This record gives sequence, C-alpha cells and structure tokens, in this order.
Amino acid sequence: MLKKDDMHILQNKMIADNTFEMKLTGRFVNLMKQPGQFLHIKVGDGTSHVLRRPLSIANVDHHIVTVIYKIVGKGTKWLSERKIGETVDVIGPRGRGFPIEEIRNEHIVLIGGGVGVPPLYYLGRKLVQQGNTVTSILGFQGRDGVFYEDAFRQLGETLITTDDGSHGYKGRVTDLIGELDQDVTQYFSCGPKPMLKGVSETFTIPGFISLEERMGCGVGACFACVCETTDPEDSKGYRKICQDGPVFRAGEVVL
Amino acid sequence: MDLRVSLPGLELKNPILPASGCFGFGREFSEFYDLNELGAITIKAATGEGRYGNPTPRVAETSGGMLNAIGLQNPGVKRIIEEELKFLEQYDTPVLANVAGSTEEEYVEVARALGAHHRVNALELNISCPNVKEGGIQFGTDPTLAASLTRAVKSVSEVPVYVKLSPNTGDIVEMAKAVEEAGADGLSMINTLVGMKLDLATGRPILANGTGGLSGPSIKPVAIRMVYQVSQAVSIPVIGMGGVTCVEDVLEFLLAGASAVAVGTANFQNPMICPELIEQLPDLLESYGYDSIHACIGRSFRHEETSLSGT
Repeated sequence: MLKKDDMHILQNKMIADNTFEMKLTGRFVNLMKQPGQFLHIKVGDGTSHVLRRPLSIANVDHHIVTVIYKIVGKGTKWLSERKIGETVDVIGPRGRGFPIEEIRNEHIVLIGGGVGVPPLYYLGRKLVQQGNTVTSILGFQGRDGVFYEDAFRQLGETLITTDDGSHGYKGRVTDLIGELDQDVTQYFSCGPKPMLKGVSETFTIPGFISLEERMGCGVGACFACVCETTDPEDSKGYRKICQDGPVFRAGEVVL
Repeated sequence: MDLRVSLPGLELKNPILPASGCFGFGREFSEFYDLNELGAITIKAATGEGRYGNPTPRVAETSGGMLNAIGLQNPGVKRIIEEELKFLEQYDTPVLANVAGSTEEEYVEVARALGAHHRVNALELNISCPNVKEGGIQFGTDPTLAASLTRAVKSVSEVPVYVKLSPNTGDIVEMAKAVEEAGADGLSMINTLVGMKLDLATGRPILANGTGGLSGPSIKPVAIRMVYQVSQAVSIPVIGMGGVTCVEDVLEFLLAGASAVAVGTANFQNPMICPELIEQLPDLLESYGYDSIHACIGRSFRHEETSLSGT
C-alpha cells in the first residue's frame, strides 16, 4: 500500500546546535509502531531537490510523530525553514526497525551517536513500557550538540560523552561499555559506521545496529544504499539498508 | 484519447514507461500502483553472473539532479529469470529487459537467455553505463564496437533489440546511425552524463566511485537536443528519456521525435509519477490541440520542414 501523505507540521524548532525537532501528524501515524523505521521526506520546491531525505522516527505519541534532523546542506536547511501549519510530503514508515516485540524483563543498553540518537528514544520508551530496564550511552561532538538528555534520563540511567569533553565524559561511547553492569543482556545502537563498528566489536552480548547511508529511492528499487553481508554463503550477499534495514543484527553486515 | 503506441515488440497502451535502473524489477513499485497501468516495464540491467556493484556512497544530489554510481548491481540473468520475471508473470504489460556485460560474449549470453523468455518483449542493449570499469560505455563511445555488438546480439535475440545510447560521446547521430545499420530495431536515449561532486570538508569526491552518472531535470535539455537530432537521422523509433518530471516534459520529448518516454530519477521523488503522467497526458495533448498522440511525435522537425518548403 502506498503510504504517502502531506503531513501537517505541528512544531519545528531548534533543540541543539543546528539540530531541529519536527513534530508531524497525518493519516499514517498509527502505522509507525516499530522503533527504528524512517520517514522519507521530500525537501525543496519543485525539482530543486530530486532526492528525499530519510529521517528516523524519534518518537510517536498521541498521534504525533517526531523526527530530529541536523542541517547538513540545502535540503535540511529548507526543511528547517518550514513553519507550523505547513505540510511536508512524507513516504513512510519505511524499513525494518528494531525487533523488540518479545523483549521483557531484560536490561538493555542503548548506544547512540549524534543524529543516530533520535530513534533510540522511541525504542527506549517502548522497551521501558514492556518492563525492561534501559541504560543509555549517548555521544555528541560537544555540549552545544547535546539533545534529549533529560528525556533519556526519564527512561533510565543515561551517560553522555562528548568528543571535546565539554559535557559529560570526554571520549567515545565505546569507552564506557566496560563500565556497564554485568546483567546487560542486549544492546541496540545507531550512529555513524565507525562508531557501530567499535560498538559491535567491543560487546560480547547480542545486539542490533541501525545504519545510516545516502539513499536514492528509499523503497528498495535503486540499489544505492546497500551493504555487504558478512556471511559469504548468504544467498544474496548484500542487504538494502532502506528495505532490509536500516536495523540489522550485529554481525550480519560488513561495517 | 487513444494513447496507444506500437513499437517493435512493444504494444504500448500508453507511451510512459520507467527507465532501467530506477525501477528495480518492478516489485517495489507494485506496492504503490498496478504495474499494468504502465505502457511497459523496463527492468534493471542483467549481467551473466550476479554483481555486487560499487562501494557506497553510490548517490549524491546535485542542483536539479543527482549522480549515481551503482555499478550494475544485479543477481545475474539466471536469478532474474527465475525470480524477477516470474514475479512479473502476473502482469500483462510488455517487458523491456536491459542487457549488460563486460565482454561481447557476456552480452550475447544474457541477450540469448532473456530474449528467449516468454515474458520479455524486447531487449534494451546497455552500451552506456558510465559506472563500470569494463564493458558498458566503452561499447557506447565507439561506433564500430557498438555496431559489432548490436549485430552479435541481434543474431541471437528472439525479440527486437533497442540500443540505449550514451550522451558521453562526440557524435551521437553517428552512433545512432551505426547501430541502426547494424540492425537495431529501436533506440533509447539518453543514459546519464558523467559527472562528479566534491565534499568540501574532505576535498574528495562524495561518490566512492569518484565519478557518477548525472540524471534528473538538469540533463533534460541535453536529452531533448539529442532526441531531436537522432530521430531525424534514423528511421527506427526512439524511446526518449532524461530528466522527465512532469507531463509537459513528456510532450516535449514527443515533439522532439520520441515515440515513447521513459521516467527515471523522478520515480525517487514521487513513486506515483508514472501513473500520474499517464492520467494527465490526454488533457495536456488536448490543450495543445492534438487529437492523437501520433500528431505530436516529431512535430518539432516536421514543422521545420513544412516552414522551409513554404518559404
């Protein structure tokens, strides 16, 4: 079924350095149940921008979906200038999110870096609702870039790292993995590839990771956002991040 | 209005089809609309063996367009036949199957296999992919090689063969004439223009492949010019493509001499673009005073001839 809608903007405000929180409502919000999926959003007027922007879902609450994005170019700049009451053309939810339906009474660690942090918030909320304990380790470049710290604290223990040490621990998210309680059973992580590589190599427990990549169609047709599987015997040898992912079992794909 | 167009191997109920590489094998778009609405379905390039393609990033947006360097990723002709053509059995819209390879032997092998399949109505010979090291564009920039490959593929294909031309050549008219002479039943044009985009922070190309193929509205004037020149110089039909985003663009390609029009990059921004164009086309044609689609095809140069003879 085509899930494409002109969603109404209820809020679009800066919450950290060049980082915006946009709240939207529309016909398909009730389908946005699985954390880790993304919205594929048209940017620009007419044909100035031919590619949509994939933005992960940061939260869904009372028929309102939240996305968080950073201005990295003209497309996201355009998005940041949209006003309350306007609409944006959205395809989604797309992709496969974190498989958490069966998870109960576990201690889960969430590890996010930069714009990889947003989907972990919706994920953490769901996990807590299902009776799990959540610890979050969130990495940012510096103090000005930090967002949602208090929101994550309400879910459970939250550790912040910054590259320059201007807030929280100075260093990388992987530096803190050794300090976690021994009862942690699984991890879920989202962020840049080098971070995901570090995270998945440090942990010995099972986990799931969510990948970022430049996307073309966002629906699985163009083969722009692929990654290789680690298993050389895999029947396809690749995964499409937009369609098979963006979430994969740690170790399933080459980072 | 009757939108039917009859081309070698392809009885089109309307002149709109997706362009190869932008539509996968149809599966994903079948989630958005009934593929039988399309004039034809063009499927992604097939090679002899499966290919993984290039490293990522494979796409980068540009002003009014995008660069891609996918590198002909596909599961190989055998699996395309077993899995993808099988999926397309449920539709009756004609299938145009794109054929690629590194060597003439590989093209011939793929063309023989696809051309023999009952679900394939015509082949599109891809001699214009700019993103692979071997094959592809090297056949598309040398008229002698292109003609030789066309002849070889024609000799094994059970269905008509369209040759997809590259704009990355000195004289596209010479290329078109060479493949027509070699037996091509039709042409599709244009493929992407080779381009590059640099990352200001790293100083290096954004695409892992370095260069990529430019597509989207920014290349449309180049495509229109080439279709206009080529369709006057050959007697085989042309499927026009390059930057179509709206129904006015479709009419422009028809006027330039195209008998059908393919939509590529625009599928990414709007997955419903093809059915929307099909729905809008009759009204647009009527608004310009056409009572049939055939009245506008090639009118740009037919008009020139008329006015020349009249003065």
